[in-house]
Amino acid sequence: MSILVDKSTRIICQGLTGSAGSFHTDQCLLYGSQFVGGVTPKKGGTTWKGEKSGKELPVFNTVSEAVKATGASASMIFVPPVGAADAIMEAADAGIQVIVAITEGIPVLDMAKAKRFLKPKPRTRLIGPNCPGVITPGACKIGIMPGHIHKPCGPGEKGVGVISRSGTLTYEAVFQLTALGLPQTTCVGIGGDPIIGTTQIELLEMFQNDPQTSAILMIGEIGGTAEEQAAVFVSKSVTKPVAAFIAGQTAPPGRRMGHAGAIISGGSGSAKDKIAALERAGIEVAPTPADLGSAVQKAMARKK
Amino acid sequence: MKVHEYQAKELLAAAGANVPKHIVVKTPDEAAAAFDQLSNGGGVVVKAQVHAGGRGQGQLIGFSDKLGGVKFCTSKEKAKAVAEAMLTHHLKTKQTGPEGTKIQTLIVQADAEPAKEFYLGMVLDRSIGVPVMMASAEGGMDIEEVAAKHPEKILKVPVAPETGLLPFQARRLAYELGFVGDQAAKAEKIMLALSKVYRDKDASLAEINPLAITKSGDVVVLDAKFDFDDNALFRHKDIAALRDENEENPAEVRAGKANLNFIQLDGTIGCLVNGAGLAMATMDIINYHGKAHGVGPANFLDVGGSVTAEGAIEGFRIILSDPKVKGILVNVFGGIASCATIAEALVKAGKEVGFKVPVVVRLEGNEVEKARVILSQASADLPTLKTANDLTTAAKMVVELSK
Repeated sequence: MSILVDKSTRIICQGLTGSAGSFHTDQCLLYGSQFVGGVTPKKGGTTWKGEKSGKELPVFNTVSEAVKATGASASMIFVPPVGAADAIMEAADAGIQVIVAITEGIPVLDMAKAKRFLKPKPRTRLIGPNCPGVITPGACKIGIMPGHIHKPCGPGEKGVGVISRSGTLTYEAVFQLTALGLPQTTCVGIGGDPIIGTTQIELLEMFQNDPQTSAILMIGEIGGTAEEQAAVFVSKSVTKPVAAFIAGQTAPPGRRMGHAGAIISGGSGSAKDKIAALERAGIEVAPTPADLGSAVQKAMARKK
Repeated sequence: MKVHEYQAKELLAAAGANVPKHIVVKTPDEAAAAFDQLSNGGGVVVKAQVHAGGRGQGQLIGFSDKLGGVKFCTSKEKAKAVAEAMLTHHLKTKQTGPEGTKIQTLIVQADAEPAKEFYLGMVLDRSIGVPVMMASAEGGMDIEEVAAKHPEKILKVPVAPETGLLPFQARRLAYELGFVGDQAAKAEKIMLALSKVYRDKDASLAEINPLAITKSGDVVVLDAKFDFDDNALFRHKDIAALRDENEENPAEVRAGKANLNFIQLDGTIGCLVNGAGLAMATMDIINYHGKAHGVGPANFLDVGGSVTAEGAIEGFRIILSDPKVKGILVNVFGGIASCATIAEALVKAGKEVGFKVPVVVRLEGNEVEKARVILSQASADLPTLKTANDLTTAAKMVVELSK
């Protein structure tokens, strides 16, 4: 088991013919993901070919057309910021169930509208935007993460679920888990923007309910109060071991630290408050980014 | 992106808000001339235009009298003298560093003496994913202080991004704040203007503080502060043109031009990292191992997911332009690209820039062994370059080398 995506997930790429969309779809195909088509307005009817995988995919003008022709249920979005929120809404409207938006730099008010558009569609789940994507190691990769650092669960083996607001810091975490021999069930980059689709709490709930997931690693950062809310949820509803890390302990207030959502504002969103809330909930907090894997081991040992 | 008070007020005025007349001046003589136009037999307020808040309670550094960035003047001579003082001294406020900030622009504003002050603000409420308008009858004060001590005194209304604040919402807020009669209608109009600018121009923060009822019974915007969503500037050329690079850290402006995310800090160890989360975490681990020795990060620098020689060259140059920097930690997690490519880019950058301080490189990911060979082979040309095999070792090493 895993969450969100598996071997049978049929995927399209919105923005397939752009350089990033093309490169990463090819990489995902090499990993074994089941991509079945792509969408680029005005290029419908053409065929895309992966440079390294050699695989060919049909290109459609609209998501609706792509879904009808291919039966896709997931989409990876590489559409540039100006049209990305529209692309998310188009995917949701066409019945796509897992939308993974990689695009960085979408205006916040565009996302506010997109998020409201998704609200009456509970079967649609948006991951991101501004995220590395989702991977179920050994089965399905939808995103830009390096597949080879992940360790799939063997038959009957349990693994760690990873939730993260960051990109390369997630790779760091996964790399450490793999080095310690801890496989991963699913790793989800939820995105570094102020408004994101799927939140920590929703994923904690999914991992709690996934029988294959035996522990959860949550990587947060300064800005907002999502980690504080997640901590409350963990203390009430999560029985599995949880470890966490918060980036930005040395970030100055009022400054946006690269990610649009990473800002301490009006006295809220500091790493100190988040770490205190996580510790109160009994979560093992890694003191430095070099301790992400060992924090999971400690959390697991504590729950035994 | 932040803008000046006068720019925020002009945007509000264009959206229908009642704003006191002002004239933007850059010399004492212009201030004197503006006094003649605006004093109307009374006085004017001279206000320094800097992005930092707390101007009224600030102090001009090295100026003999108590004078901050806001002064009421009852004569032309006084207005000229105040302008002269402001334009020749740095202003220190609780939001600037101890060195203060240079004042290059002033406004001379028609007097609108407040009888009662209110706070109005609009900001994204991340927990519900839509903007909220916040209003309080505790105006003029630090709203964060009010929020901490008396959260019940702040009224909040969620605003639909599709419509902006609706007239009934503004009306209700005005009455709940205690406005009556014509003044309620005037306050409502200002609230709608605030929401209009926020929505039409993609603001991320829009504040009117204070919104005032004047002694003559008018309702006006006395001060305003806007911050715009950098990611939306592509569709607002008019807003992008309001940028004042003089208000920004020169190293940060330079980094921005090279598409690098850079923020100046006050430590001694420069960091060059790929990815924002990892960049923050790298600052944190330097602090973790360095704080006992008084060593901390000198900057935040995210060179982007993939590391190019061009990005690294400019990144190193910017870091090394800070004379405080005694060492650099390079922390790169190679994604899909080979670490060998990244190592080659770093070596090329090092040769181009010249490393006058110790540079500790920690690379991880695809083909890292090849990368380590490339780095060690470069040691003849780059004697200060060291490699570390893991992040903890790298952090301890750079702290040790720069103590």
